[in-house]
Amino acid sequence: MGRIIVITSGKGGVGKTTCSANLGMALAKLNHSVALIDADFGLRNLDLLLGLENRVVYTALEVLAGQCRLEQALVKDKRLNDLVLLPAAQNRNKDAVTPEQMKQLAYALTKKYDYVLIDCPAGIEMGFQNAIAAADEALIVTTPEISAVRDADRVVGLLEAHHVKTINLIVNRIRPAMVQANDMMSVHDVQEILAIPLIGIIPDDEQVIVATNRGEPLVLSDNFSLSGVALQNIAQRIEGKDIDFLDLDAPYDTIFSRLRRFFKK
Amino acid sequence: MISDFLERLFLGQDDTTSRDNVKSRLKIVLAQDRANLSPEMMEAMRREIVEVVSRYVEIDTEGLNFCLESDQRATALIANLPIRRIKLEPDPKPLADTDTPGLDPQLELPGMSASESSRGFSDDSSSPPDIDLSL
Ligand SMILES: Nc1ncnc2c1ncn2[C@@H]1O[C@H](COP(=O)(O)OP(=O)(O)OP(=O)(O)O)[C@@H](O)[C@H]1O
Ligand SMILES: [Mg+2]
Repeated sequence: MGRIIVITSGKGGVGKTTCSANLGMALAKLNHSVALIDADFGLRNLDLLLGLENRVVYTALEVLAGQCRLEQALVKDKRLNDLVLLPAAQNRNKDAVTPEQMKQLAYALTKKYDYVLIDCPAGIEMGFQNAIAAADEALIVTTPEISAVRDADRVVGLLEAHHVKTINLIVNRIRPAMVQANDMMSVHDVQEILAIPLIGIIPDDEQVIVATNRGEPLVLSDNFSLSGVALQNIAQRIEGKDIDFLDLDAPYDTIFSRLRRFFKK
Repeated sequence: MISDFLERLFLGQDDTTSRDNVKSRLKIVLAQDRANLSPEMMEAMRREIVEVVSRYVEIDTEGLNFCLESDQRATALIANLPIRRIKLEPDPKPLADTDTPGLDPQLELPGMSASESSRGFSDDSSSPPDIDLSL
């Protein structure tokens, strides 16, 4: 039986879809079978980040309406043959499905896939409730900003009330220079305040935008990027490996060249 | 946590960094979110606590400070009640407080955990159509 993990945040635009796309790809690269569910009905993006937008035929809605088989709706990735996407409908709103239906879809996928990752929409309303209904585990994505951390805390409370047992924290868009100037909360600050285990630190990185433009997640790119390494490390920690965190507080050039040398070996 | 608070109170905020500012603001706002205490409850509690303490000492009502703060998912009520003068003898207790229902005037709140403060919701399901979930 596969693991069902929801990627959620409360606040919008903090990097849920970026993390979903990259962690899905990274886990598939580590030879796991992965199904990504886009639970953001009406505002779907996951297909774009994966570069699969032209291959979407059916969505979860047609499956639930009995108009196609689940298997038919899954978009297969050509680059990694163990990765599929179950797209969300773009022309309907978040009330189009129920938590019970999301459970049916996710449970069916666990029979064949090692990991079922659910990309949650922003907010804590119906779309959020649908997305977390089936999950046993959650990854909370936040940025080191007051509003994102506050919303993340709210979401942690809701997940706990829903008996989601394993909740881990990803701090995205860290800017080490700002932390050093005491103008941004550090990962440690955020983690201490939210008091949930840390599973990843992702630096603020232009390469994230470049990758999105191309529809090619960072973890697939041949170009080395610190954010790509950070995301690959998270995938390995999800697997249960004990991987050291990147030391983003070291001067950027130092880590960068150190890592580059490491990868050339 | 308390020393943080007192430091802020007495040293002022002028020389603090924006990182310190945001951390202390977050701690206070999260404590309120987590405790899920309504402003009315907070106010009633504040009034009663001040009432009790005022029987023993004269409080400087200007410098009064009263807030929730939270750390590691535990919440504490922090009250700073500057004392002007100690009374020689406590004022008499008000007659049985029948008309003030509810709150025990204690300076410590019983542990309020996140799970108690969060709310659940029901998973409402409707009758499903025929779905083929074969893979
Ligand atoms: N580490 C990063 N560095 C730079 N830009 C980033 C980073 N992470 C995310 N972004 C950018 O932030 C924006 C929002 O990202 P994303 O769509 O993943 O967030 P989201 O949480 O899924 O948003 P929504 O709540 O709307 O679904 C995108 O433009 C993305 O490129
Ligand atoms: Mg998104």
